[in-house]
This record gives sequence, structure tokens and C-alpha cells, in this order.
Amino acid sequence: MSVQSAEIAAGAPMASVMKPRGPSAWLHVRPLVLAFVVPLALLAFWHFATVSRWTRLIPTPAETAETMWDFAFGGIIDDAFSATAHIHLLASMNRVYGGFALAALAGIGFGLLIGRVAIARQMFDPFFQLLRPIPVTAWLPLSMIFFGLGARSAFFLVFLGAFYPILINTIFGVRSVDPKLFEAAQMLGCKGSALFRQVVLPASLPSIFTGLRLGLGLAWFVIVVGEMTGVPQGLGAVIMDGRTLSRSDIVICGMIIIGIAGYLSDLAVQLIGRKLLAWSPQHSKG
Amino acid sequence: MASHLLQDLVQVRGVSKSFEIGTETIHALKDVNLTIREGEFVCLIGASGCGKSTLLRIIAGFEMATTGDVLVSGHPVKEPGPDRGMVFQDYALFPWLTVRQNIAFGPKQRGLDKAEIVEKTETFVDMVGLRRFADAYPHQLSGGMKQRVSIARVLANDARVLLMDEPFGALDAMTRERLQDELLQIWQRAKLTVVFVTHSIEEAVLLSDRVVVMTAGPGCIESQDQVMLPRPRDLTSPEFNDIRRIVGGKLHSNVSRAKAA
Repeated sequence: MSVQSAEIAAGAPMASVMKPRGPSAWLHVRPLVLAFVVPLALLAFWHFATVSRWTRLIPTPAETAETMWDFAFGGIIDDAFSATAHIHLLASMNRVYGGFALAALAGIGFGLLIGRVAIARQMFDPFFQLLRPIPVTAWLPLSMIFFGLGARSAFFLVFLGAFYPILINTIFGVRSVDPKLFEAAQMLGCKGSALFRQVVLPASLPSIFTGLRLGLGLAWFVIVVGEMTGVPQGLGAVIMDGRTLSRSDIVICGMIIIGIAGYLSDLAVQLIGRKLLAWSPQHSKG
Repeated sequence: MASHLLQDLVQVRGVSKSFEIGTETIHALKDVNLTIREGEFVCLIGASGCGKSTLLRIIAGFEMATTGDVLVSGHPVKEPGPDRGMVFQDYALFPWLTVRQNIAFGPKQRGLDKAEIVEKTETFVDMVGLRRFADAYPHQLSGGMKQRVSIARVLANDARVLLMDEPFGALDAMTRERLQDELLQIWQRAKLTVVFVTHSIEEAVLLSDRVVVMTAGPGCIESQDQVMLPRPRDLTSPEFNDIRRIVGGKLHSNVSRAKAA
């Protein structure tokens, strides 16, 4: 190890002298450029398909951009949607993060128990396995009865959607902890509930984070369904209203905002994960 | 406690161990008796399947004997404990803790105060020569370094008996030699008692005060030989090779006997 790092230290200045600057800069930019190829091609296709009036139901990218500006800041169309984007976004974020946080709490809690404690596994595992195949959307009618029309129902659906992937991945993480680590911890005097905090939880953290990422993705997925009926505010409501009013430009704006918000949420979870999992060779890089 | 009682640190008394696999009963150990004095370095050697690792795990408290018992400092072993520090072949370090945190793990469990934990940790970081890597995670270390951490981890927890299960088996020859050397130094300096499982005759004769040869089917102790050579031992000396030949003879005769059975 020490020999290796010495070699790297000695080799570094040489490499920078010998390597021409151009290609290395290109190597840095290339992934960014490549990432834009497909979206730009799609945008171009969208533009030419709609400008030539292939269909009248889809607005052009320019029209959509205009609506997006108006949706965000107002001053162009001045209708009920103008300058309301932040209200809808905040309403949806509230439900997504609220439902997700609750799902994370319950999913990780039950997951640790089911993974580690035989009685909990025998009692809860069949129950959850039985409920899991039921699509979240199928719960919509019942959740309206339980929680009424509106935000609380959406909140519940988000919770349900995010809960299962977090639960399943936490259980998997706990079950695949190297048994030697438990022996090592016990030999060093760690037992009982301290094992949970000091061994089970950190050892299954990589799996838990996989579950959290999947769960958050599903939360954004479910929010649209949850907000489709009886909710005045929220991105799902905007999309439904856009549909009713044949405003496909508004529908597309809602879709784009959900896409970006979901992407940024995922990025945030990944960043936190990378910080907490710096010890894991699979997570510390890339 | 009187000093003559303290001398027998580990007592294995009539230990048998059998497993049920399907309808068949496997006898891993049968009536094993072994006494290890305080400060002694004992190697257990034998063909695979002779139960040497099982015996070590019973002393550690990871497994219970089917019959018989193990006393450490006169107290029966019922569960794993800090007085018996296990060093695993595949290290079993906590991958989410740095070298320093791995070493501090035991002292923290005992609830020592912060200053004491820090002092202990730093002492053993230095003892195993990992000052420069104190903040590295296990996956950033070489095999030899990982094994140093796992030795330091049990020493920092005041282990009196070091139980080592083929600890250097996965290392390259040069690293193994260096670690054998370092282990002997630590053993002498810290006045430890070591029970060391290996399948290498050379390693057993090089390290130990006593070589315990075990046989398979069912696992029991075949013979025990004192190694009286002065340290540091010379692998090329005739005396060393005489002992190696004697131990090798015992080992191979019962390997062939086990095959014939």
C-alpha cells in the first residue's frame, strides 16, 4: 500500500507533463455532452412534428416553454394557472416527502425487525407479502373512504407506494449481513439491542439506501394518482385539470416539473447515501 | 486466587460436539481434553475436518459443547466475551468503521470514558504500525493490514487469550512471515496466551510452545509435542527440521489412517 501510494505520488507530475491538455478536458466534458444527445434529439423530433402540424393536440416546444414561463412567473397568458407552479409543486412535495418519511420510518423499522427477529418475521412477513402485490392504485377507492377525498388520501397512497421497496430492501440487507460480524461484535462485548444500532443498521445501510431510492421514485410516481381526485392543489391535480380543459401544454408542464423534482430528489438521496456509505467500495465512487 | 490456579488459563474438559445433518449425526469432536497455561503459545494442527476450528469456536463461546465444558480462568464459558479475542481468517472487520474506530469498538462497548478509549486506541494503532492508515476504511487496506487491525481490535479490549483461526492463511508468503514475527513480539510483550489454528506444520513449529495434533473422524487430540527451541527460531536449522519431521510424521500417519477408514 505504502509502495503503491509512493508510486502514484512520484508518477503524478510526470503524467501531467506528458499528457496534452486537450483530450483530458474533452474526457471530462464528454459524458455531459453524451447525456444531452438523446433529449435534444427528442426535442428536435417534437419540434418538427408539431411545427408541421402533424397533430394539433400537442403544442410545440416553444409554446410549451411559453406556458411553462407563465405557469411559473405569470404575465403571458394570465389565467387560473399563471404563476401557480410553486404552489402546486410545494403541495406535492409536502405529500411526497411526508409520505416518504413515514414510509422510511415504518419500512426500516419493520425491516430491521423482520430481518433479525424470528417471531417478527413469522408474524409480519406473510402479511406484508400478501398485501404487496396489490397495486397502490387499487387502494384509491378504499383510501378515499378511509381518509376522505383529498390530500390525506394522496398522502396515504404515497406512503403505501414507498413502503414496500424500503421494507423489502431493508429485510434483504439485514438478512445478508455477514454472520461473522455478529460474532465479532459479541466477542467484543456488544449484545442485545446495541447489536441493532451498532451492527445490523450500519451493515444493512447500503441495501436500505437502495430501498429509499426506489421508494422515493415510487412516491413521485404515485403522487399523480393520489392527486387526481378531489385535490385542488398539486402537480397531479394540475395534470388532471389540464386534461379536462384540453390544455396539453399544461399537462406537459406538469410532467416536466415532476420529472425534474423527482430527479433532484433522487440526486439528493444519492448524495446523502454517498456521504454515509463512504466506507463501501460500491458506493464511495461514482 | 492462588497463583498455581491461575497458571491453567484454559481448561477443555471432556468436550464432545456432534451435529445433526439430516438423519445423520456427525461427530466433530470426541472427548477432547486440553489444558493451556497462562502465557503459552499453542498451535492446533490437523487435516481439514478434524474439528480444530470447532474446538476454537467452542472456547470462544460461539458454539456450545454437546458434552463436557471449557473453563477460562476457572469460569465456565457460556457465551462470547472480551477475555477471549477471536481473530478470524477473513478478518471480520466492521467495514463501516475506520481502522481507529474498529480498534475502539471493544473499549466503547465496555463504556470506558473517552480519554481512556482514545489512549487505548492510539496505543494499539501504534503497536500494529498503522498510524498512517488510522483513518482508512477496511476496503482500502491490504490483507496483512486488515489482520493487524483485527489483532489490535481484540488486544485493545484486554483479551487475555488470543484465539486465532488460520489468521495468516489468506496472506502471501512475505506478509505472512512478517506478521508471524510481529505476532511473536506482541505475544511476548503483552504476555498473552495464544491458541492458534493452522494447517501448516512449519508455521506451528515456528510459532508455538506446544503443537497439538488433531485427527479427524471423530475429531480428537492425537498427540502433543513441546517445542523447546529458543526464539527467534531458524527455519533452516537441523533441530527445527527434526521437530518438523516428527510433527509431520504424526500428522500424515493419521491422515492416511483417516483416508483408509
